[in-house]
Amino acid sequence: MQTNQDNILELQNVTTTFFTKQGEVKAVDDVSFRVGKGETVGLVGESGCGKSVTSLSIMRLVPQPAGKIVSGKILFRNEDLMQKTEEEMRHLRGDRLSMILQDPMVAMNQLLTVGKQLGEPYVFHDKVKGSLQGMCIDLLRKVKVPAPESRVNDYPFQFSGGMSQRALIAMGIANNPDLLIADEPTTALDVTIATQVLKLMKEIQGETNSSIILITHDLATVAQICTRVLVMYAGRIVESAPIKTFYKNPAHPYSVGLIQSVPVLGRSVERLASISGQPPSLFAMPEGCRFAPRCDKAHKKCFKAYPPKTQLEDDHSAACWLYVKD
Amino acid sequence: MQGYIAKRILIAIFTIFAVMTVVFFVFRLGPADPVAVMLSPNATPQDAENLTKKFGLDKPLIIQYGNFLKNVSKGDFGTSFRFNEPALKVLFERFPATLKLGLAAFFVSVSMGLCLGILSAVKPDSIIDRLGRLLALAGMSLPSFWVGVMLILFFGVTLRWLPIAGRGTAMHYVMPTLCMSLYPIALITRLSRSSMLDALKSDYVTMARIKGVPEFYVIMLHAFKNAAIPVITVIFGLFGALMVGSAVVVEYIFSWPGIGRLVMESYFARDYPVVQIFVIFVTFVVVSLNLIVDIVYAYIDPRIRYQ
Ligand SMILES: Nc1ncnc2c1ncn2[C@@H]1O[C@H](COP(=O)(O)OP(=O)(O)O)[C@@H](O)[C@H]1O
Ligand code: SF4
Ligand SMILES: [Mg+2]
Repeated sequence: MQTNQDNILELQNVTTTFFTKQGEVKAVDDVSFRVGKGETVGLVGESGCGKSVTSLSIMRLVPQPAGKIVSGKILFRNEDLMQKTEEEMRHLRGDRLSMILQDPMVAMNQLLTVGKQLGEPYVFHDKVKGSLQGMCIDLLRKVKVPAPESRVNDYPFQFSGGMSQRALIAMGIANNPDLLIADEPTTALDVTIATQVLKLMKEIQGETNSSIILITHDLATVAQICTRVLVMYAGRIVESAPIKTFYKNPAHPYSVGLIQSVPVLGRSVERLASISGQPPSLFAMPEGCRFAPRCDKAHKKCFKAYPPKTQLEDDHSAACWLYVKD
Repeated sequence: MQGYIAKRILIAIFTIFAVMTVVFFVFRLGPADPVAVMLSPNATPQDAENLTKKFGLDKPLIIQYGNFLKNVSKGDFGTSFRFNEPALKVLFERFPATLKLGLAAFFVSVSMGLCLGILSAVKPDSIIDRLGRLLALAGMSLPSFWVGVMLILFFGVTLRWLPIAGRGTAMHYVMPTLCMSLYPIALITRLSRSSMLDALKSDYVTMARIKGVPEFYVIMLHAFKNAAIPVITVIFGLFGALMVGSAVVVEYIFSWPGIGRLVMESYFARDYPVVQIFVIFVTFVVVSLNLIVDIVYAYIDPRIRYQ
């Protein structure tokens, strides 16, 4: 572990629960990880494993009233976000801490012009210098939307999927945040446009030196731009590794399965060829390792208790009984 | 945009025309003979014949219809049998009373309904939300004539706080307005609450919060603007019909001298031209309100504006 000074974000034992009529769902369960300054961390896992809820927890925007962060610390720039007031959080959001939601088509307000929505991070953080319209046009130019001067007055429905995603990225990076969480920024796009969008994010990061958490279920995307990978399974982080180690030496059987199921670049984790079965229902979590019902290495112990996190080498850890020495 | 509005106006005109036609034939085909109604008991058959001629009732129906359309195009909607004056004039003399009551009820129900709906969506299960739900339930289920009678009994007869009939002072407006507003308040509260709840759950609202937009703007600019679309239809579209419907009941209960009461009196007196102009006028109002809704939609929703 590096010293705290190098971290922009550190989650310590964060648990986020939804209290629903059908019961309690621990969508994020005792999650800890860190993101270094200027780092791009990939957060991967199957649909429904808790990636979006993790990001919304960091933003302190878990869907109300069902969802609640029940425990843990979220250290952002060494300050615990859990201790912040709503107004303090508002000042951080869209300024130092930003996020791009999963589906660009529904993440934009259909009744307001793209320009109006782009301008909000400036307006509400007192960052307007000169013409707001000009700032919005510059922002659109930065994310390579063609003809930004006229596009700024368009409505979201006049934008294509790729352009909407670019506009959404523009909203996220308007104030050069210290941390940008991009929730599946390429899932809704076709491969060529996805590649362009990723390239764009990399370029922008080069200019602003923001840290990025890139959420995806596409391992190829991770390979393209991430420095480190977090693997999430059923609400928990099961492995954390630098990108090279992850591909060369994956520790957790789930990670191994993920990598094996994506022999071709661009294939998605959604179709797990080599891992049979389904992730457990979050309502009926198995007592032991959550992956045990699908794991070919599972043994007795695995069904009894959840494995503790084991440090394998510098910066590489996994939660699996295979690595617990006793 | 122009094409959109032009189309709506054409539809509006056609609707009014269609209703006029239906109204004409329904009243003409009715069993009651208006001439018999108008005549005094000791009138001679000659008098009856004269009257029939005077109103053109001796001509074939289709000719009568032609004359009707010709007269309508000149602004002549027939003569009230009862007052022996143009029906339109009779209606317009009574209209201001209805308009004032309608406007009072309109502002009360829109402001109360929207406030209750928005506040209860912003804070679900709060006291306001519970209160709003109770009120909505009451407003949807209690018929307005019953509410009117209860109001009169309680505030007028038992407590003697409010005048029970007529109009003149502001106090006269309280009970009829309340009685007329209850259902629209309930409707608007329920509708604005549910569409606000949907809007507040949406991704664009979360995205606005992610950008650090203050909660007040999130609610009013992002959520409410979207939530307003279905609510507007009800506010304007249903409103005309609602108002007229409850005006008839409420004006009758509170002896309010408006067109609602007029049409009841005219109906009992078989003064068909007045009933007829009332129906046509009401159609006109409802159709115009719908036209306004369509135009307001286009103004709010760029997807329609750019069609
Ligand atoms: N608004 C909500 N109400 C109840 N449960 C929710 C809600 N949002 C998410 N969840 C639960 O949290 C789990 C994780 O969801 P999410 O973080 O969106 O997954 P993903 O990894 O695909 O982004 C889901 O499986 C779901 O059960
Ligand atoms: S703990 Fe056991 S079941 Fe879980 S991943 Fe490791 S080996 Fe498989
Ligand atoms: Mg998600």
